Amino acid sequence: MTAISFVLAGVGGQGTILASDVLAAVGLAAGHDVKKSEVHGMAQRGGSVTTYVRWADTVYSPLIGPGEADFMLSFEKLEALRYVDLVRPGGTVLVNNYAISPLSVSSGNDSYPLDERIKAVLGAVTEHVFLVPATALAEGLGNVRVNNVVLLGALSYFLSDVPVNAWVQALRERVPARFAELNERAFLLGRDQMSGKA
Amino acid sequence: MKRFLSGNEAVAWGAWESGVLVAAAYPGTPSTEILETLAPMPNVYAEWSPNEKVALDVAIGAAYAGSRAMAVMKHVGLNVAADSFFYAAMTGMEAGLVIVNADDPFMHSSQNEQDNRRYCKFARVPCLEPTDSQDAHDLVGVALNISEQFDTPVMLRLTTRLSHSSSVVDLEGVRPAPRTEKPTYRIDTTKYVMVPGNARRRHPIVEERLAKIREFAEIFSYNRPELRKLSLGIVSSGVAYQYAREVFPEASILRLGMTYPVPVRMIRDFAARVDRLIVIEELDPFLEEEIRLLGIPVEGKTIFPLCGELDQSIVRESAIRAGLLPASAQTPAVHPDKGELPPRPPILCPGCPHRGVLHVANKLGLVINGDIGCYTLAFLPPLGALHSCGCMGASIGVAHGVAKAGVTQRNVAVLGDSTFFHTGLPALLNVAYNHSNTITIILDNRTTAMTGHQQNPGTGRTLQNAETTPAELEPLVRALGIRRVHTVDSYDLKAVESALKNCLEVDEPAVIISRRECALMPEARKRWVPLRVNADRCNGCGLCFRVGCPAVVRSDQIDSKTGKAKARIDSQLCTGCEVCAQVCARKAILFRAQLAEEEGVE
Repeated sequence: MTAISFVLAGVGGQGTILASDVLAAVGLAAGHDVKKSEVHGMAQRGGSVTTYVRWADTVYSPLIGPGEADFMLSFEKLEALRYVDLVRPGGTVLVNNYAISPLSVSSGNDSYPLDERIKAVLGAVTEHVFLVPATALAEGLGNVRVNNVVLLGALSYFLSDVPVNAWVQALRERVPARFAELNERAFLLGRDQMSGKA
Repeated sequence: MKRFLSGNEAVAWGAWESGVLVAAAYPGTPSTEILETLAPMPNVYAEWSPNEKVALDVAIGAAYAGSRAMAVMKHVGLNVAADSFFYAAMTGMEAGLVIVNADDPFMHSSQNEQDNRRYCKFARVPCLEPTDSQDAHDLVGVALNISEQFDTPVMLRLTTRLSHSSSVVDLEGVRPAPRTEKPTYRIDTTKYVMVPGNARRRHPIVEERLAKIREFAEIFSYNRPELRKLSLGIVSSGVAYQYAREVFPEASILRLGMTYPVPVRMIRDFAARVDRLIVIEELDPFLEEEIRLLGIPVEGKTIFPLCGELDQSIVRESAIRAGLLPASAQTPAVHPDKGELPPRPPILCPGCPHRGVLHVANKLGLVINGDIGCYTLAFLPPLGALHSCGCMGASIGVAHGVAKAGVTQRNVAVLGDSTFFHTGLPALLNVAYNHSNTITIILDNRTTAMTGHQQNPGTGRTLQNAETTPAELEPLVRALGIRRVHTVDSYDLKAVESALKNCLEVDEPAVIISRRECALMPEARKRWVPLRVNADRCNGCGLCFRVGCPAVVRSDQIDSKTGKAKARIDSQLCTGCEVCAQVCARKAILFRAQLAEEEGVE
């Protein structure tokens, strides 16, 4: 297979780690060698969080350098901007259309980038930029926390070789049983968002 | 069976399968998950010790007693445990001892990026370095075998990317059958009592041991030359090996699983076969220096950076600059002009009990000598309430020194409960004994929060979840000789301020125990109630923003008189700690009781 590299970005508490765990499990189930890398510790305190997942026949480095990510999944807009250099020209960027103000913004010392600028900067790297209302859709399902799974669903649309079942199975193994159905619905909702658009 | 494991999880499995009976550690990123993974496994004893030195002594004791043992720590933890590391290297043990040490290149969560392979050379201890989770798993057992074969402690050196990256591990999932009878403690005073006479006898033995291990390194299966094209030869170890493989798929690589002592003949042979020899290693030029000492021409840090961690793109770019790769090898990437992006650093959580205490101390104009823990994050604006932080337990000694030297301001030492138990205790004893007017604030949040809520001697639970006697801070600090001791609720700013003022009135040592459990503890979460701003009363003065809580944000409403944005509270984030409500001069932020009253009226 050709190697696929994913960078996931978000803010501490948004479910970035769970999403990368699912992505790693799906890669393994599809028969790839997989490596996943994350940074803990200070990142838990509302800081920006990135994780890397790589699929290939043999994966060497667990990290992703500038221009090496085929896909970026960002659970927050500003974080997409921060890490978009990692995306290869022509790669695919999926962004949750949702802003979380850093402290310097909420206290009025900085301003949050405007949507036009976000689109322009992301668009300078690749034309394949998709703003997905993942948080809004998750709220519609009654639980904002599944925004990460909505975005995973959107990503799954681009990985057509991987059967839907593999995703659902990986999700079920990682969420409490009482949330399994909710997560499945969130996943399918995100996947549906992409049909016709991508 | 195959499992997808982080390096840390893989080490825990390796330890369990190799029959480690006693494991001890102090939590520290990036090493914490090793003992958290091992602790629930059957038939193994694992503990959080109060600090890394105690942890290593515990592991050494178990190995003296004939059982396989493991001590785990982050790189700076070995500074704390260094004394023990050195005597263990002198005595050897009766059973295998592995010291799992996690370095932190790039300082993702550390104060420095020391390269602890230096310690191995310093103490004559073999150093093993895994390249992925499989290696991390396998090398625990290998380290214990080497330890027993040569009667030496062995270091297993991880780095952050090894610890926190996951890959597939093929493991046995079985553990050797436990011993049915207890071993007898073997008494051997010439070996284990390190008085000068005995130590003088041991030192030549240690040097002979090192020579034998050097020979062993030549046949050690994790040291292996991978011969491909011979124009370029790369010596590498650890995760840097992966970057070397990725960037130079056709180069010959000498992969070293043991980086101290190095296999001299293997290196000479490899160097003789290749046209150009380079070393790709993170942090210090450790292997590079070892090779250069052999008189072999080699390049390393003239090509690759000394500071920070490597990745394949840094290795690739460095190689292009050095002419090892053509410019066309560059990965195409776009670096769009983003302007200045608002930073998103780690911050004190909403409801953090440290916030109000540090705000008050800062308001009183005190110099705040801080320590390692969540409260370190208070140095950032807008709080700006921490003025020094060096290492675990340093706050109190530094504050004492500041007090003895004398400055115009008064100063306080600030540290957490776990950090106080770690190395704060002897420093506070010093404050009492040598008598300075140092005020020590112990932020007792009933857990080790920064590393993810580990138990400590004050919590009443052990790592393996057994109930135990919690250490009581008040009698403890009194017993050290501190007479002026206040206990306050961290959320009660008036109480904090009056305790501080009481201590400032006198010229004597004092301790304020500021107690409130971490707002993220499951029990505390149950009490969360989001507060609300009465927009009619708020005039946008901004006092509440100064406490630096992410839940207090600027609203879209502008006060007509001041022209400033009124405050709003994000109900998704607010825990209802009421620190902002106490700071508000216009009583515009409603307290819990006021909210409850309103609800009653409705």
